[in-house]
Amino acid sequence: MAKEKKISIIIFPGSNCDRDLFVAVEKCLGIKPEYIWHNCSHIKTTDMILIPGGFSFGDYLRAGIIATKSPAIKEVIRFCKKGVPIIGICNGFQILTECGLLDGALIKNSNQLFKCKKINLKVMNNETVFTKNFKLSEVISMPIAHSQGNYFVKPDDLKKIEDNDQIIFKYSSIFGDVSEKYNPNGSVSNIAGISNKKKNVMGLMPHPERAIENFYNGNDGIKFFENLKDLI
Amino acid sequence: MNKITKQILQDHSINHNEYNMILKIMGREPNLLELGIFSVMWSEHCSYKSTKKWLKTLPTSGKQVICGPGENAGIIDIGNDDAIVFKMESHNHPSFIEPYQGAATGVGGIMRDVFTMGARPIANLNSLRFGDPKNKKTKNLLRGVVKGIGDYGNCVGIPTVGGECFFHKSYNNNILVNAMSVGLVKKNKIFYSVAKGIGNPIIYVGSKTGRDGIHGATMASAEFSDESENQRPQVQVGDPFIEKLLLESCLELMNEDVIVAIQDMGAAGLTSSSFEMASKGNCGVKLSLDKVPCREKEMTPYEMMLSETQERMLMIIKPEKKKITYDIFKKWGLDAVEIGELTDSGKMELFFNNKLVGSLPIKPLADSSPEYNRPSKKPKKQIKKVKKNLPSKINLKNILIKILSGPNHSSKSWVFNQYDSSVMGDTIFSSEMADAAVIRIHNTNKAISVTSDCNPIYCKSDPKRGAEIAVAESWRNLIATGAEPIAITDNLNFGNPEKKEVMHEIKEAINGIKKACNELDYPVVSGNVSLYNETNGKSIYPTPVIGGVGLIKKLKFIKGFKINDQSLIYLVGQTKGHLESSLFYSHLGITGGVPPKVNFNEEKKNGNFVKFLAQKTNILIGCHDISEGGVALAIAELCLTNKKGIEVELKKKLSPEKFLFGEDQSRYLLVINEKKEFETLAKKNNIKYDKIGIVTGDHLNFKDLFSISVTRLLDLNSKWFKDYLK
Repeated sequence: MAKEKKISIIIFPGSNCDRDLFVAVEKCLGIKPEYIWHNCSHIKTTDMILIPGGFSFGDYLRAGIIATKSPAIKEVIRFCKKGVPIIGICNGFQILTECGLLDGALIKNSNQLFKCKKINLKVMNNETVFTKNFKLSEVISMPIAHSQGNYFVKPDDLKKIEDNDQIIFKYSSIFGDVSEKYNPNGSVSNIAGISNKKKNVMGLMPHPERAIENFYNGNDGIKFFENLKDLI
Repeated sequence: MNKITKQILQDHSINHNEYNMILKIMGREPNLLELGIFSVMWSEHCSYKSTKKWLKTLPTSGKQVICGPGENAGIIDIGNDDAIVFKMESHNHPSFIEPYQGAATGVGGIMRDVFTMGARPIANLNSLRFGDPKNKKTKNLLRGVVKGIGDYGNCVGIPTVGGECFFHKSYNNNILVNAMSVGLVKKNKIFYSVAKGIGNPIIYVGSKTGRDGIHGATMASAEFSDESENQRPQVQVGDPFIEKLLLESCLELMNEDVIVAIQDMGAAGLTSSSFEMASKGNCGVKLSLDKVPCREKEMTPYEMMLSETQERMLMIIKPEKKKITYDIFKKWGLDAVEIGELTDSGKMELFFNNKLVGSLPIKPLADSSPEYNRPSKKPKKQIKKVKKNLPSKINLKNILIKILSGPNHSSKSWVFNQYDSSVMGDTIFSSEMADAAVIRIHNTNKAISVTSDCNPIYCKSDPKRGAEIAVAESWRNLIATGAEPIAITDNLNFGNPEKKEVMHEIKEAINGIKKACNELDYPVVSGNVSLYNETNGKSIYPTPVIGGVGLIKKLKFIKGFKINDQSLIYLVGQTKGHLESSLFYSHLGITGGVPPKVNFNEEKKNGNFVKFLAQKTNILIGCHDISEGGVALAIAELCLTNKKGIEVELKKKLSPEKFLFGEDQSRYLLVINEKKEFETLAKKNNIKYDKIGIVTGDHLNFKDLFSISVTRLLDLNSKWFKDYLK
């Protein structure tokens, strides 16, 4: 019998989407993830790491920055080097950019306000382990809820991540139009989600874990998580 | 020791009679610390001294009520061992002085009231009233309040799912910020604030005490003047991150068998929490104030007892459980300190550096807290005689456009998008998509429906009827989502009760609530009173806000504003065309007149019929209650939400303005897909109905009268906030 695979969800003081993520993983992948408290300095084994949304350490100083000082992040980096898949959602994405596993930074939304809204996402790369069940240019929808989701990267680096196919999701219209009109927060080039060069780390601002029921945010999140089935 | 002078009494808002009572209770002259404690305990905010007499008359029990008023929040039974804890509370005065912090701490305070009882908050709502948009303060107040509510609730991770946002000049210098929180708890895991067990330790948890908010409770119990803005240091500062830690740590501790009693340190902080717990349990308390964690140096016992620093809890625990208590709070990085113990002295004894610095008898102080029967007087008829003859040519289309594109009925997405409405993953409808917000009970097939309602225009012209309507509308809003209404929380916002006319409004409104709650079997389980909402002698419109909660037994019963192509629109209830006090009249510049009457038999009959359709048939697609703005606004809202057109046939018997804009009560718009079955059922149940429209095309078309494209409607409806906040 194959060994049961392990999905780990890291919790920081102030994380608030950890339960939602737990529920989504359990529902879509059929396994109960384990919670890892932020001060855990040794994760024995894991097959995938998820970093949930929320306001780790109150997002004081800057969203995600204080969380990078937690012992568990050292472990995340160690597993990243081993090639273990890592996904950060919302605050998790902010933490991944702050600890250097992903390029760029997430700054304040261009209108300076928190924004909670159902948006459309265009799949820009379906050749990663996280997105291979999507069609290229497929449009999926789910909610965003953040005040610091404005993805910023310097022009040179933008070129690099484009050339390396690291852009995974862009904000778009329901028909896949990625013009500025459909940019909810001012992100460079409508970027909503990116990966690292090796494609084992992905961060995204939208919340797939809030789109797993047929409520007003739809259930495209199920598809998102089902992509992960082959990884575990 | 300070001698108590007239000036000191005045500073503490203690009047001559009250001081005499204090002397009698104490048997001596109090010191400043003791006087401070009396002043906050007897403040209007904590003692409800002007309204207690009338609040006692409200119906507060029912077969689903687990806990009525008197605890931190009310509790109702929703079956399968689940219970809902909820309450609404005002933070009006602080929000006017410092809108961001005032609103944020309002949200924080009400959530603590809910999780103090063991419940995890699952939804927040807020009911906001601002002044005239043209008033120079309004814009910043709106920005600050909305951001404050959003930043706090979003950070803690509780969805803000609904509420109201209303502008009227009577709130120019006194905005209303009423926050409601709704939590979920297992029936056998409810915690109360009754102190028990002599010798049990008293544990202080949460933020360190600072000098913020000293005398907040007395501030909230005094009229404003232009100098009030200098009171900024009295406004507390919120820290939602600490609140989140407090929430998680308290819920974690509540899973262990540790806590005997727990209460949040809200208004009047350490004083009221320790006092109320001891008083409910007939105990005494001994506090060593030098142990209180302080943020600032050299804080005096007076400051510690009166500080309103946020995000703090006081709990009585089992003495053998200290270690696990400290361990859990340590894990969450919070201060948890034993600051005293329960005694059998019946007194509150305060020690500082081993010296007794204050000693007050608990029972006499609590029992003799003043209760006033303040004189009231019906105001002279200030209602202008309403002209019966309307201007000969009224452009009805323009009036609908004005309503839809004005501040009070424009799309509030600028507001709601700043609130995280989807965290926790159980929000089925925010209040923009149905008459009430609908939240699934996690991991079950049932949901609750929550709403807040009040029409201050009605309440001004007839406070009793206005309050009846607020309760009835709340009930109707829940019904329209497929719910069984269960109970309400009320937040009564009025002017200065020492004025006879205001006292009249208070009494009348409470009478109205009482009448409606009794008629609808819809008890009041919690509430809050906010008085002295006036500035420079000008009072706000009476605003008794009703927060209602109902249960949807199965998810498939849920109804929202949904319409399908070719579905039929039925109007249920009797339309007489009541225009006095209506939105229509106010847009014509006609004010005054009486609000519509609620016929509770009709209300119940129609409500039960809608409930029946939602639960027992498959013919009801969507539902919308009819309130201000009448049929015209309700239908337009269906078009806006669905981006579809509706063709409406006017009733010949009524004039077009009466049919379109009349605000008769107890009515619903039903979206139906089976004409015959519906009409048979309606007749059988003796329901008044009219088929008035069909979903078709891309226009809102009132046949033979006027028509507006849905694109135009959307455009008109989405502009106001954007333009205003540019």
